[in-house]
Amino acid sequence: MTDGSNPNDADERVLARSRFREALIRPELGGIAGIILVFIFFLLTARDSGMFGPAGVMNWSIVSAQFAIIAVGACLLMIAGEFDLSVGSMIGFAGISIAILSVHLGWPMWMAIIATFIICVALGGVNGWLVIKTGLPSFIVTLAFLYILRGLTIFAAIATTRKTIIGGVREQAEGDWLASLFGGKVLTGVFQWMGDAGWIETFSRGTREGQPVVDGIPMLIVWAIALVIFGHFLLTRTKFGNWIFASGGDAQSARYTGVPVNRVKILMFMFTAFCATVFATCQVMEFGSAGADRGLLKEFEAIISVVIGGALLTGGYGSVIGAALGALIFGVVQQGLFFAGVESSLFRVFLGVILLLAVILNTYIRRMITGEK
Amino acid sequence: MSTPLVEMKNIEKHFGSVIALAGVSLEVHPGECHCLLGDNGAGKSTFIKTMSGVHKPTKGEIYFEGQPMNFERPRDAINAGIATVYQDLAMIPLMSVSRNFFMGNEPTKRIGPVTVFDHEQANDVTMAEMKKMGINLRGPDQAVGTLSGGERQTVAIARAVYFGAKVLILDEPTSALGVRQTSNVLATVDRVRKKGIAVVFITHNVRHAMAVGDRFTVLNRGKTLGTAKRGEITPDELQDLMAGGQELATLEGSLGGTV
Repeated sequence: MTDGSNPNDADERVLARSRFREALIRPELGGIAGIILVFIFFLLTARDSGMFGPAGVMNWSIVSAQFAIIAVGACLLMIAGEFDLSVGSMIGFAGISIAILSVHLGWPMWMAIIATFIICVALGGVNGWLVIKTGLPSFIVTLAFLYILRGLTIFAAIATTRKTIIGGVREQAEGDWLASLFGGKVLTGVFQWMGDAGWIETFSRGTREGQPVVDGIPMLIVWAIALVIFGHFLLTRTKFGNWIFASGGDAQSARYTGVPVNRVKILMFMFTAFCATVFATCQVMEFGSAGADRGLLKEFEAIISVVIGGALLTGGYGSVIGAALGALIFGVVQQGLFFAGVESSLFRVFLGVILLLAVILNTYIRRMITGEK
Repeated sequence: MSTPLVEMKNIEKHFGSVIALAGVSLEVHPGECHCLLGDNGAGKSTFIKTMSGVHKPTKGEIYFEGQPMNFERPRDAINAGIATVYQDLAMIPLMSVSRNFFMGNEPTKRIGPVTVFDHEQANDVTMAEMKKMGINLRGPDQAVGTLSGGERQTVAIARAVYFGAKVLILDEPTSALGVRQTSNVLATVDRVRKKGIAVVFITHNVRHAMAVGDRFTVLNRGKTLGTAKRGEITPDELQDLMAGGQELATLEGSLGGTV
């Protein structure tokens, strides 16, 4: 700094930066660069495969939306300084819970869904409460829940129905107001109209003749977009968002200045559980069944999306938009390699390389922004 | 003289069988910088922690603006107007200066049904307050991690002052800083004092104390050896008082007065 005698002069030691550079240096840059790279790659290798036709776009959009839903929760939790490794087990648990309550116990679907949301969000709260009260790393506490919830899910499914996959959910959900919020499609009229107008392909044969190949936007995608907007707004535009950053950046410092760190962290665990339950409900409605092994490894896929999106693993830094971009990269790569006809085992190689490149770029950008050594 | 802003009378603090403070008295007036000196282990930290509500004194009274006070927790002291800038600063390097400045006290505005963080106001206030302290930021979104140690101290002090501190306790603000940064922090202390805020400046560096102090209290082994006004005491005398007078005097000869 200067000696203070001429505070109006620009500091000669703060280098002027161009607008362009300012706009470029942001947490999401790694994600944006990744998206561009991935799209160029697939435009070159899979352009004629239908990947960029209406059905193809819908295909990878749905997969990306799935990742995005759990990535939003994982992102806010990671910025608040914690992990949740029980997301995948929570997805399996929530799905089976809906199926048992509705199909086995015969509850109306809306009641089963609401009850499942309450149970799962409460379990998220228990996760958070244990982390705060014991002072153990969330890595360990939620790892325990990864096993506990998965085990309980399989046990509950077998104890009630003697099966690990419970079907019949679709029939039960027929005409249910709440189920349609998760399993339905929106803008079906618009797509039918576009199909009639010849803008998008229609089926030329079979029972669905004349219907467009893409007949609407699934609620899953609507949920993903809504959660991303909500998460981004919460993080960047509200007081609570500042508390999330502060809790993850340095919990002790945050407490000194009066931030209710414990409450913030527990609420973020609950929000992560909420996101997992949204994912599970959409999946159960789509498949019409629930499986006790659903959601396996989802926690890592969520964390990978978040990290590709520029968040710092140790908390205090990150972006929900970045996490959404990470989810999009993940979805496009996973489905794109299939369209490009690449051996599916190479998916993991490709993913690993992207993860590594994104994290290296992100670390470099973050150091530029924060002066971190 | 006016009523002291804070008066600490015969403060004793025992931790089990250890007597950390054995009857320390001190008063701080508005607009003065009261330096609290002492070697490591002299009880400086324990003493200021009783003042800022972290510890409850075993014996003794605390008066704030003439009223007896009984702080149960740090928040009580903060609400009364006693702010402490700790060595670790309560600053988060990854966050912007403006987000740090308003951490826990975020300004809000309403847009329709939702209450949002008023970034414009936060940014304007941060830039204005930093300029007053002589720090030119690249922008309010510059991360605290990019600031030097002295600048961070200044941000922390500016924050405490902005949020209405009447008494500012600085816990060794210069101990980890270079020469230039130290002079910046001392200049900040001077600015704050001129606003009528009482500053309690803890240090074990006599020269830093002499640069800004109005009065000096030396702690040694949990006891106060009295308070001296500026001009009544020389740096050498202060140094001797801190060290208890003996060992350092013998060392002085062999080190040639460099301590």
